[in-house]
Order: sequence, then structure tokens, then C-alpha cells
Amino acid sequence: MASLLRISHVLKKHKALYLLMLPGILYYLIFKYAPMYGIIIAFQDYSIGRGILGSKFVGLKHFIEFFYVTPDAWKLIRNTMMLNIYDLVFHFPAPILLAILFHELKGKWFKRIVQNISYLPHFLSTVVIAGILVTFLSPTTGVVNHFLVQILGMEPIMFLGIPEWFRTVYVGSEMWQKVGWGTILYLAAISGIDPMLYEAAKMDGASRLQQMRHITFIGMIPIMIILFVLTLGHFMEASFEKILLIYNTMNYETSDVINTFVYRRGILNADFSFATAVGLFQSVIGFMLVVLANRIVRKHSETSLW
Amino acid sequence: MNRQESWGSKLFDVCNILFMLVLIMVMVYPILYVFSASISNNAMVASGAVLLWPKDITFIAYEKLIYNPDLWMSYWNTIRYAIVHTVLTLIVTSAMAYPLAKRWLPGRRIILMLAAFTLLFNGGMIPTFIIVQKLQLLNSIWAIVLPSLISTWYLFIMRTFFEGLPEELEDAAAIDGCGTIQILIRVVLPLSLPVMATIGLFTAVNQWNAFFNALIYLQERDMYPLQIMLRNILIAGANVQGEGDMTYLETLKYAMIIIATVPILCVYPFIQKYFVQGTMVGGIKG
Repeated sequence: MASLLRISHVLKKHKALYLLMLPGILYYLIFKYAPMYGIIIAFQDYSIGRGILGSKFVGLKHFIEFFYVTPDAWKLIRNTMMLNIYDLVFHFPAPILLAILFHELKGKWFKRIVQNISYLPHFLSTVVIAGILVTFLSPTTGVVNHFLVQILGMEPIMFLGIPEWFRTVYVGSEMWQKVGWGTILYLAAISGIDPMLYEAAKMDGASRLQQMRHITFIGMIPIMIILFVLTLGHFMEASFEKILLIYNTMNYETSDVINTFVYRRGILNADFSFATAVGLFQSVIGFMLVVLANRIVRKHSETSLW
Repeated sequence: MNRQESWGSKLFDVCNILFMLVLIMVMVYPILYVFSASISNNAMVASGAVLLWPKDITFIAYEKLIYNPDLWMSYWNTIRYAIVHTVLTLIVTSAMAYPLAKRWLPGRRIILMLAAFTLLFNGGMIPTFIIVQKLQLLNSIWAIVLPSLISTWYLFIMRTFFEGLPEELEDAAAIDGCGTIQILIRVVLPLSLPVMATIGLFTAVNQWNAFFNALIYLQERDMYPLQIMLRNILIAGANVQGEGDMTYLETLKYAMIIIATVPILCVYPFIQKYFVQGTMVGGIKG
């Protein structure tokens, strides 16, 4: 009772502040926490009519169905992992290298122009990027194949019709769109490096390459760690919206990921419980990855996400 | 700095500049090509005669699109969604961030943790869809605006900004008899224009470019935003000219990309500095 009185006293004292927060808190409760509660339907045979409280509890039925009955389960998991591993291997280091090269540029205006141009693709919408990919890569009318045929004398390649090409197309376009924008945080980290360090290194006869490695690169490590942990947090998600736009039945073999499957089963077929179960499997893996990564990072360095 | 630069160092500079020139070409070429193709003769684009510069210049594709009522409808929808979303986001986010910037406020930590947790874990696509459906928001502007009303990153950026404002100003206003909400509106917000501009621009551009929520929450044609229209033409292969007429098929696609992107390209030079600042604030302190 005493604590309740205390709470009501605090609420009254700062009434205006709590009222200000109210719409925001409601937003989080309704659109973030209510869906978390809604995960229960992954363990039910949910029907809209009966609702969450009235639907029948079926335990792990949908998970078992996914892992043992769905013929594509393994393919979906593999594709999700592979696309993200490719992305991590090629796309994660790219902005780090580019930031170092930006930093080494001497002409101030040239540097600014290159940077601004490299940021530009970030502002194009996913639909525009996907549209550019689909039209440019078309085997009959696309400009990429015009180049291959006219200038290199090759046969046209059906990039989006061949499963082997999908990962390259996906990661390549991710890099094209995001590498420039990705340098911003690294450049901020570089600008925080004490210039005296470079002077001292020059005095000691360090070469440009050595300075890049031992000063610039080292100076970026904290932000690298944070971005790495954050990347792992989205590890299972991939750029699912882009995949949804550029994949097709011909390249499902490598392009179909967990999220696109959830979309088809859940939204298109209204198979809510099953799709929620599959989605939950994915979010749990993603959550465990980021917690694990953060724990490892915290053990071995001073930087960590929390 | 009179010391002669070594030969290797100079070579590195030259290579670096060459690399940057290649980078510029790679970044600009697709955009330039889209523009060239949009004002070229359709047959030349389809057959590959257009590789960089426009050939047989014509604006017929734009003309076809301009007389398409669906395009203007979707344009208006996008503008409508972006404005409502941005205004509401700024109001709700700043109203929530301001109390959270008061370190002494009881309960602040719990609310921050609840917000931060949503960055790591969420209910997922289907449970969120069901909530929107239950609230009967489907097929309305609110299905587009409300589910992404607050971005936790922006909330944290704004809170960090508010924390940095001098407390003396607020104290002075309080002594003058201003209430909490008056202080927020008259003292804090006018000082926060940079962060408000950044977050407002981010929200507007994100909404301009968004398509997935519209894809799952909107069913009626006259509610479609630009990006859905764009998707239908570019990817699903819908024909804006009516059945069977393929005369301008290719150039129409490119013209459509340009029409949907021009607003972003026009404002980009003026606003990119805000974006860069915003990303840095969020990244370093968020």
C-alpha cells in the first residue's frame, strides 16, 4: 500500500511529464509489445474469429511441421544464412576500407564530391533499386547484357533466372547502395583520432601504409565492434524487402529466405499461426546471435553494445 | 613539411584518385543511364543502342505518364502519407524524448529499457499484421503511419540532444511561471531545430521510399503510394498504356523511376549535411 501511495504521489508531482510520454508509451505497447504477446499464436491453431484467447493450443505442432514436413525448410535456412554470410564477408569490410581511402585523399573539394556522390544511392528506394536491377539485368533489353553482347561478344546471361547468380546480384547491389553511406560513422571515428599520433608516427619513419594500419584502422575498431554486433542483430533478416522484389520462381533455389516464406504463407495465404512460428524461429536465432556477440565482445574489449 | 614525399606515397595518391574516379563512375552510371533511357526512343533502348547518352531524344514516355491519373493519385498519396507521418513522428517522439532526458525522473530507466529491447527483439511480421487488422486500420492512412510512428533510434538521438541543452534556461522559464509543456514548446523545441530537421527529413524520406507496409496493409488502388505503383510497373509488369500496347514499354519504366526519384534528388544536395550529422549523433551516442 505504501509503495502504491508513493507511486501515485510521484505520478501527481510530475503529471505533465508522464502525460507527455503517454502517446509514445502507448505506441510501444500497441505496436511493439502487443505483437510480442501475439507470438502466442505460434503455439495455437489461431483463427481470427476465435482470437488469441479462444484458439486451440497445439504446442510445437507448427515448428515440427516446418522442420519435418515442409520440404523447403532446410533450403530457406541455408539461403538466409548464406546471403547474410556473403553480406558480412563482402559488405561489412567495404566501408572500412573506403573510409581509409577517403581519409587519405588530399584535395579537400575532390574528397567532398566523391563522398557526396557515394552517399547518393542510399537515398534511392528499395523499389527503385530492385527496378533498376530487374531492367538492367534483363537478358533481352537490359543494358548489362547489351554490354556483354556488343562489347565483350558474349552470350546474354539471364542473371535473375539462374540461381547461381542471385547471391552475387544481391550482395553487389547491397554494396553499391550502402558502401558510401556506411563510411560516415568510420569517418567520424577517424576525425576523432589525435593528429599528434600521425605526427609522431611520421617522426618515427612510419610509412603511409603503416600509418593507415596502425593509427587509422586501430582508431576505427570501437565503432567496428558496435556495428558488427548490430549487424549480427539483423543477421537473419537480410534485406528482405529487396529480395521480395527481385526474386522469382526461377531463382527460388538460392533466393527464397525465411522472411519471404513467412510473407507468402502468412500474408498471402493467411496461414497466421504457421507463419508466426517460422518467423519466431528466425527472431530467436537473431536475438541469440546478438546477445552472444555482445557477450564475447564485452569479454575481450572495452566496447560493447550494452 | 618540407620533407620530400616518397615515391611510393605519391604512387599511392595517384592510385587512390584513380580508384575514386572509377567509384564515381560506378555510382553515377546507373542513375545517368536511367535518365538517358527515359528520354530516348524506346526501340533504341530495347535493342541496346543506348549505352550512356540518350539517342533520338523524345519525352513521349513522360507524356504518357503525365496523363495517367493513377500516377497523380499515388503521388498525392505519398505526399499525404509523408507529411502526416513526419508531423506526428516529430510531435510524439519529442514529447516522449523530453521527459526521458530528465535524469531524475522516476521510471525513466524502465521506459528506456523497454524501448531499447524492441531494437533486439520484436513480434515479427504476422503478429504486427494481426494487431493492425484487429484495430481495423487496414486500408487507411493509419496503417501506413502508426505502426512505424516512433523509431527507437530517433527517440534516442532526440533524448541525447535534449540532455545536452543547458538546464538553466528551463529553470529560468519555470521561475517565470511556465509549465512543463510551455517550457517544451517555447524553450526546448526552438533550440532543437537542427535535430528536429534531421529526424523530420529522415522520416519523410523513409516514408517516401517505403513500400512494404503499403503492400501488406493497403488493398485499394486509390490508396496506393508511388512506390507500389512503381513496383507494379517495374517488377510486376503492369502496363500503364493499357492491354497489349508495348510501344513505350522500356522507356516508360525508366521515366517512372525518374519521376519517383526526382524529388529526392532535388532536395538531396541541400539536406545531405543534416543526414550526415544525424547519423553521427545517432551512431556515437545512441
